[in-house]
Amino acid sequence: MRPGTTAAACIALLRRDFVLTWRRRGDALNPLLFAVMVVSLFPFALGPEAETLARIAAGTIFVAVLLAMLLSLDALFRSDLEDGSLEQLVLSPHPLALLIAAKVLVHWLTTALPLIAIAPLLAQLLHLPANVLPVLLAALALATPLLSLIGAVCVALTVGMRRSGMLLTLLVLPLIVPALIFGAGACNAAQAGFAFIAPLLWLGAWLALALVLAPLAAAAALKISLT
Amino acid sequence: MQTPVENETAPLLQARALAFARNEEPIFGPLDFALHAGDVVLIEGDNGSGKTTLLKVLSGLLQPTSGEVLLHDAPLTLAKLSHQVALLAHLLGLKLELSALENLRFAIGLGGLRSGITPQLALASVGLEGYEDQPLRMLSAGQRKRVALARLLLVPVALWLLDEPYANLDREGIELVNRLLDNHARRGGAALITSHGAYAFTSGTPRRIALKPGIGNRGSAIAEQVSP
Repeated sequence: MRPGTTAAACIALLRRDFVLTWRRRGDALNPLLFAVMVVSLFPFALGPEAETLARIAAGTIFVAVLLAMLLSLDALFRSDLEDGSLEQLVLSPHPLALLIAAKVLVHWLTTALPLIAIAPLLAQLLHLPANVLPVLLAALALATPLLSLIGAVCVALTVGMRRSGMLLTLLVLPLIVPALIFGAGACNAAQAGFAFIAPLLWLGAWLALALVLAPLAAAAALKISLT
Repeated sequence: MQTPVENETAPLLQARALAFARNEEPIFGPLDFALHAGDVVLIEGDNGSGKTTLLKVLSGLLQPTSGEVLLHDAPLTLAKLSHQVALLAHLLGLKLELSALENLRFAIGLGGLRSGITPQLALASVGLEGYEDQPLRMLSAGQRKRVALARLLLVPVALWLLDEPYANLDREGIELVNRLLDNHARRGGAALITSHGAYAFTSGTPRRIALKPGIGNRGSAIAEQVSP
């Protein structure tokens, strides 16, 4: 008899979730299309003046990316709950927090990373100055994992309920407002020619904190939800 | 074949005055029983008599209202789940988008692999040879159940908790479950299985636990052990 190692369990879970995302790739594209749609509608509403658009570009892209991620958050544990996989995960001999961290990693890689990858295109659409783009990408790279982690805790709390979409949104939104303020704030500061490092460092600090605490909190919340 | 009652070794699983109530409504219990290596115990009861809840409590997913579950003489809590328990619930825990083989490989990664068996062998022994690479979506409910049974064979776990293992299975499948249970008991494992009584357990299980519905009949929310 050979009980598996925790590393093997995490790798198996990563591989399974990647394969599942690939097999449901139509669903995985949804957040991407949503973000592109939201951003491309702004010029129609506000007019094509480059100056106006450049002023709101960073904030708009930030909001669009965060909302697009929120869209896919509910699915994080939903299918695992509905087919009983979640019970198997909880009953497995490995720390649930690590397994959840693996799931959150897949969520970030499959939804946030594509969004960050098309952010330069969205920036072009809104005439974001070229020197602000690196700051925007850095801010997104710090803020999106934060949303994935905070979101995982909230999803774990609400997954046991039948129609949790509304509650999830209400729970997550106030928690990610600081990430939005500091992330978009860094871009606005860079655009105005001010120092932008401090808000990015704040985001980094929160991310470090969330990386350690969120999986533990999500594991505890999930066990409560299951009972 | 099985000598359940007069067993000198420490029990694998023990329930002491185990009871569960939901919203003050007793679901089952108080229950007292012990499960030793080599035991196969059938939990019988009508729909709604608390069989599934009992298995969830025994697996540690639900906290009992009173009493305790001992696993190898150590109390079982949700915080410290033992990997000595394999649960086959109504929801099989299989992904419909993945093939039978992919599902089993994931289960091995999560739970480890029993020595001397491979996913292919396990699938063959539940009668699914040739279906290895079919997505589970294409298989029937009974075939999915067989994949879940193959998972039990692979994961090195001594105690099986099977919720309605006979549901959805044909006559041959029911015999398969009995054969798997027999082999498992002979290897020193133990199993608790539930049934609402529509399927006969043919290999002569020595022990049954009957659950009586607790709702609306609070006084008789007891279990009695019936000899065969």
